[in-house]
Amino acid sequence: MNKLWLIFQREFLVRVKKRSFILTTLLTPFAFALIMIVPPMIGQMGDNGMKRLAVLDESGVVMQRDNSGKVIAPIADTKSITFKPVETQLTDLQKSYQEDGFDGIVYIPELASNDAAIRIQYFSEGQLSMGDKRTIEKKIEKKFESKKIKDAGFEEKMIEQFQADVALNQKQIYLDEAGNVIEKDKQNGAEIATAMGFFMAFIIYIILIVYGMQVMRSVMEEKMNRIVEVVISSVKPFQLMLGKILGVSAVGILQLLIWAGLIFGIILLVPLFFGIDPSQTQGMSEMSAAEQETMIDYTNQLIISLSQQNWGFILPVFLVYFLGGYFIYAALFAAVGSAVGDDLGESQSLTMPIMIPVILSISFMPAVIDNPDGPLAFWLSMIPFFSPIIMPARLPFEPPLWEVLLSGAILIATAFFFIWLAGRIYRVGILMYGKKVTFKELGKWLFYKD
Amino acid sequence: MSILTLENVVKNYDKHCAVDNVSFAVPKGSIYGLLGPNGAGKTSLIRIITTITRADSGQVYLDGERLNANHPTQIGYMPEERGLYKKMKVGEQLMYLAQLKGMPKREAKKNLMEWLEKFEITDWWGKKVEELSKGMQQKIQFIATVVHRPKLLILDEPFSGLDPINANLIKDEIYQLNKEGSSIIFSTHRMEQVEEICEYISLINQGKNVLSGKVADVKQDFKQHLFSIGYSGDLPAELVMQDAENANFEIVERKEQELLVKIESDEASNALLQYLIQKGVHIRAFHEILPTLNEIFIRQVNGESPVK
Repeated sequence: MNKLWLIFQREFLVRVKKRSFILTTLLTPFAFALIMIVPPMIGQMGDNGMKRLAVLDESGVVMQRDNSGKVIAPIADTKSITFKPVETQLTDLQKSYQEDGFDGIVYIPELASNDAAIRIQYFSEGQLSMGDKRTIEKKIEKKFESKKIKDAGFEEKMIEQFQADVALNQKQIYLDEAGNVIEKDKQNGAEIATAMGFFMAFIIYIILIVYGMQVMRSVMEEKMNRIVEVVISSVKPFQLMLGKILGVSAVGILQLLIWAGLIFGIILLVPLFFGIDPSQTQGMSEMSAAEQETMIDYTNQLIISLSQQNWGFILPVFLVYFLGGYFIYAALFAAVGSAVGDDLGESQSLTMPIMIPVILSISFMPAVIDNPDGPLAFWLSMIPFFSPIIMPARLPFEPPLWEVLLSGAILIATAFFFIWLAGRIYRVGILMYGKKVTFKELGKWLFYKD
Repeated sequence: MSILTLENVVKNYDKHCAVDNVSFAVPKGSIYGLLGPNGAGKTSLIRIITTITRADSGQVYLDGERLNANHPTQIGYMPEERGLYKKMKVGEQLMYLAQLKGMPKREAKKNLMEWLEKFEITDWWGKKVEELSKGMQQKIQFIATVVHRPKLLILDEPFSGLDPINANLIKDEIYQLNKEGSSIIFSTHRMEQVEEICEYISLINQGKNVLSGKVADVKQDFKQHLFSIGYSGDLPAELVMQDAENANFEIVERKEQELLVKIESDEASNALLQYLIQKGVHIRAFHEILPTLNEIFIRQVNGESPVK
């Protein structure tokens, strides 16, 4: 036990102290933060803050003027664009707009009839961003819409009254012991559950492959280094393998925890320091007040919905599948690593069969999430090669408890079995040099005596 | 009393018998040579002794006890193919290996520092192994093997890849450890090293123990009663003609001022001398030539048994 602890410690510390571990662990969340922060920042800075546009309206719809020639309802400026009405010839304006301090010209030609398609034009040396283009289109659309409403003899306010806002609200119901129906709010349940399911399954997928491979590489390294013979003259090969698998799993858990902490911290702190609301990433500035409101509403709902999840259930079960899946695959990778030499091609032909179920589970996942209580979801959850990815994807949909328990029990039993199995192969493999290994050979090793 | 006893040890791999009914005993405090060509089964045998693998049948006793899980802490093993963690620092690595051998942390550190001081390499503690030369790595490997003061030290080709200076350094340390009470098994295919260092040997060939015993005894058993006679002047005519009719000896080889003579038994050596003196040969030197282990080994492998 003491020796297992020593091996565990070494495997853990060697990895955690590596510069590459520190860098990836710290930088990944910051890369994530950059992806969140930089695009909106660039969006704001790239344009030098503001665009000043000259609006030349020949239709008289967009920049309506009173008798004195004053514009009654100018287009409201946005965070990034100011609209200035101008009255001049287009050809003159095209020559002088830059001297006049404009970045471009929005030209609205006279309409042939009320029904004609509205074709407006933008003249400039530079180009409009997609967001700015949409903003301009929206603003001018609005002007024409309200003109048409008025022309048809309606009050604009009246139209607003006609508008309806429908939202589908889900409520979960179940019967309590007394037979009463109990209601529970579940806002945006399906979307959140889908997103969470994908996210959790994907994390496990990454962990299985990245850390499984790490175990394999480390086993191969020890074998090629020949240190393995020194170590197993002090400890049992099985202890060495188990210590390695456990040590690497601790590295994985530590990395996950740091990431979770950093991401959480970044989400909380970034708005404080930079004054940027991360939810305001794409195109928020171009949204109308109403749209922004729904957006904020949505964010709130998201938070509410996330807090409604049964974390006390999801997190421990996630951990079980994370570890169970990792142990199965790490054991297989360790067995393969012990069997091959430093020949990468050879290791690939042996790792492929291990990767296939992992990749299959990922490709089954959308179908499973589509119908999280269906037969496909059920049967894949019962097969321990798939369940580490499939079950976490189902967790936010609250699968029946007995299914989770059964699938978890199968998974844990299989994990123990595979660690034992891998140990049988490992003890022979690490001392075997210069022999091309086939699966048949590996099978034989299982029955070798110590 | 023996530190290590093997009784009818057998180990099979697939269809190949790596260790075939081997028995021998290593006397406590001795330096024991395990000889044999490459692929003879030495490493398979050592792996059984170091508990890396288990014998299919037969018994191994360490210091009178059946080999068990506690014994690795009493054995030090340096495999032929050396290996260290390349990316790990020398100090951390030695501490790790020493602790795996069951040493408490503090004691491990103290012992290691003593060894590093002895080799004058204390400044390597913080260096990564990959920064060291191969010879330097061998020293680290040696320290890792002996730091826990094993009762039994097994060295597989300990001098391969070492320059003469470092080989001598390690050799002195081996003698020193032996003096302090460690029994040493020294596995090699280089017979001349064994002759120099070992008191006892076992010859392994094709998994079988073909010969065991004290080096001196083995040589006695295999000697062919060869004597070298140095003389000055000329040899008498009869000797030149080699009239063997009344002389019970045979001249094996003639060299410049030296004869190699084979007699029937040791007792005949005086008779030979008397005969030569009587014939008027002016003798300068007279000594027995014992077979080298190399010769014995080759003869043994070729199926000759000791001349009794």
